[in-house]
Amino acid sequence: MPLIGRRPSGRELLVSLLRQRGGKHHNPDHDQHHGVCSGCTKSNFDILRKIHNSRTQRGGIKLHKNLLVSYVLRNARQVYMNEKYAEIYRMQQYEEVMTVCNEIQELNPLDVVDDCEEQNADCCGSASEAASLCGALLPASHQPHSAQHIQPASACSVPLALQSEEVCKAQEPSFYRSCCAESYPVSSCDFSPVSSMHCNKTTVLDLDTHVVTTVENGYLHQDCCASLQQCCQGAQSPAKKRKLDFGYYVSEIEEVPDFTPCKRAKFEDTSYACTESLDTSNISNLISIFGSGFSGLVSRQADLEQALNGQFCSKQALASLGAWTRAIVAF
Amino acid sequence: MSCRKPMFKKENPVKVKRSRAVLPSSPEAKQTQKRLNEKRGEEEAMIHILKYEVTHFGVVQQVIWVGVYSFAQCKNGLTISQAPLFWKTVLPAILLEILLWLLPSHCLSTQGSDITALAMAGAGGGGNDVQWCFSQVKGAIDDDVAEADIISTVEFNHSGELLATGDKGGRVVIFQQETENKSQPQCRSEYNVYSTFQSHEPEFDYLKSLEIEEKINKIRWLPQKNAAQFLLSTNDKTIKLWKISERDKRPEGYNLKEEDGRYRDTSTITSLRVPVFRPMDLMVEASPRRVFANAHTYHINSISVNSDNETYLSADDLRINLWHLEITDRSFNIVDIKPANMEDLTEVITAAEFHPHQCNTFVYSSSKGTIRLCDMRASALCDKHSKLFEEPEDPSNRSFFSEIISSISDVKFSHNGRYMMTRDYLSVKVWDVNMENRPVETYQVHEYLRSKLCSLYENDCIFDKFECCWNGNDSVVMTGSYNNFFRMLDRNQRRDVTLEASRESCKPRQVLKPRRVCAGGKRKKDEISVDSLDFNKKILHTAWHPQENIIAVATTNNLYIFQEKVN
Repeated sequence: MPLIGRRPSGRELLVSLLRQRGGKHHNPDHDQHHGVCSGCTKSNFDILRKIHNSRTQRGGIKLHKNLLVSYVLRNARQVYMNEKYAEIYRMQQYEEVMTVCNEIQELNPLDVVDDCEEQNADCCGSASEAASLCGALLPASHQPHSAQHIQPASACSVPLALQSEEVCKAQEPSFYRSCCAESYPVSSCDFSPVSSMHCNKTTVLDLDTHVVTTVENGYLHQDCCASLQQCCQGAQSPAKKRKLDFGYYVSEIEEVPDFTPCKRAKFEDTSYACTESLDTSNISNLISIFGSGFSGLVSRQADLEQALNGQFCSKQALASLGAWTRAIVAF
Repeated sequence: MSCRKPMFKKENPVKVKRSRAVLPSSPEAKQTQKRLNEKRGEEEAMIHILKYEVTHFGVVQQVIWVGVYSFAQCKNGLTISQAPLFWKTVLPAILLEILLWLLPSHCLSTQGSDITALAMAGAGGGGNDVQWCFSQVKGAIDDDVAEADIISTVEFNHSGELLATGDKGGRVVIFQQETENKSQPQCRSEYNVYSTFQSHEPEFDYLKSLEIEEKINKIRWLPQKNAAQFLLSTNDKTIKLWKISERDKRPEGYNLKEEDGRYRDTSTITSLRVPVFRPMDLMVEASPRRVFANAHTYHINSISVNSDNETYLSADDLRINLWHLEITDRSFNIVDIKPANMEDLTEVITAAEFHPHQCNTFVYSSSKGTIRLCDMRASALCDKHSKLFEEPEDPSNRSFFSEIISSISDVKFSHNGRYMMTRDYLSVKVWDVNMENRPVETYQVHEYLRSKLCSLYENDCIFDKFECCWNGNDSVVMTGSYNNFFRMLDRNQRRDVTLEASRESCKPRQVLKPRRVCAGGKRKKDEISVDSLDFNKKILHTAWHPQENIIAVATTNNLYIFQEKVN
């Protein structure tokens, strides 16, 4: 039984997470923008400490106490996520409004491509493959120009930059969109429907493929093709209805009293957003990726940077929170 | 009011005491004992019925019962005059009630039934009609508390004569109530140490590399059947049945051995003699009669003896097992809430108890704030509950810690079996066994802590498991709080009082002053502000004498005994 007995790997994981948390506190941008964030991280840190202490106390792990502690962790994370979504949604709304304005003003294909890039930047693709392909299909000539737009997609940049060199397809927007549509993995459509969530987005780093995916609440089961067709139509309001891997986080928030499906769903979707066998090397990779990628993505615009921070924060938070959950279960 | 004296207390020589002249094993003694027990049982039953009658029906029924009972007594060979105890209490009660009928009712409407109840039971009364005064305190005075001395459970036996405490060091200490001092009727009998023994030792589970604590989680007394006393004590993994017996005779005059045990030189033996029993100083022995081990994977949190006196249940976090007191190598699993995948775990069992009269019914509480009542007649595995007691959560009170504070830490049936009481972190709820959707009464124990949950979480106090207890006639419930406060909640009068167990009020028969905690705003005189509460001084374990108004309150390492003030 996971909660009884010792597993050295779990302990190493926990220690590494504690170290990571300690390092994270020094990020000034992080703390500056998100007061809630830091409060939640502090409580999360305490929770981990409690669980770690209980393992070393006499009498072994107390199942009841750790279950209650995990409930607090879950509650804190839900509040944290809600705050994050609200914030990112606000930023996204702002960007979408700007996009629509641009679309109305300019009608040449270049801007449509820009628009697509914007949209892509906003939602940063759907599945891992779709994101990579979308990014890859950006015309090489537009790289310097699109780089600016991709910044909001933060860590998209690193893997996308890698792949864009490999794939240099035709730059027709329609082709681009259809490719995105085709590459969209159907299996990821199978998620429990979420009701009444406003459209919030955040991005998740897939630690396996190092690709960022955007998650959007409230629009699960949206047919990716349909959403991309809307994108094709061009002048539509942001059809960023890509879903995702984020389904399980959303379902958690929805099913507040029912802890059970959350954890189950979380582990079914592990492959999408977080690695199954998370170990210290992956965490350090995460840090290194963001470290290098982040510095390469310095934006001229303050608001983009802000969005970037928000997404960065949430990405890392989401990835590490998944690890935390596993840490608890690993007991 | 002289009727307040408890009735069948020392009037009858029912107890097994050192003044016995016959051996416990002789058939004669057994018969006497049996008769006395029966008589006592009869009286208890009769008084119980009369209590019920008085409070619910009225004089007419009482008269009828009196008639029936006296007829029965006559049949048993006792004349009416030989049942003095009964008449001492019933007659005044009846006269009182008649008197009260004559008086203007609005003056004495609530007190009337109380006085009669007091007359009948001597143990009754609202928490506020009773004034509590200090009686004794047991334990070391110094502030430096050794971890092994922390009291972890307190329990009176069925007669109230014995009081058992278990501590974190695995020891059980039993106190016995002394015979009442006739010359000083206002000084109630005291509890003195009767027996001390080491019940559990620390163990090591080699398979899981875990140390098993020796802390005594629960003690439950078995109803007395013969001269010896039996109790069940449990730590996290093992339950033991202890027999506590008295020895006041010693054989003397062995032929082959000297008095000190050395063997005599056979050449010095010239004649034979028969060894005889001679009285000796009373010695109390505790011996483990049964050890029920290796049946629980998780930590045992409660045990409960069935009303059939043959079986008992033990509950850990995820399973409940049914044992027979005689059989140690097997137990039946009757509840199993372990999910197939431990990641799906959402709740654990926190307490379980058998119904006091129905041997097929038990309840168990969960960490989610629900109570399930199960009937063992329905099926062998009672995973499917017969009744589910759950109160919908108040959404306005939702916080990070909602799940923690709704976790039930203790569940206790009332003595009459009609109600059960649950304790969660901030409140005590009384449930009617027949009504599942909400409790009939909810009492806030320390609502002022609701705004402090975050700091209580940080210092781990939010995980404290408070216990609760009923008084003898189920009219008052008691539970503990912080700063060595404990609360008495009167169900009939809907009043409550907060008292403190502290060394400052340790003078004999000193009346306890009610304490008040001010939640915010201006602090009045004599009030304590929430911030000055000492959260290290908590009263988790309390017990109430089954018949009298005597309570035992355990602070960290001290045991306080309070009695009601007798004029």
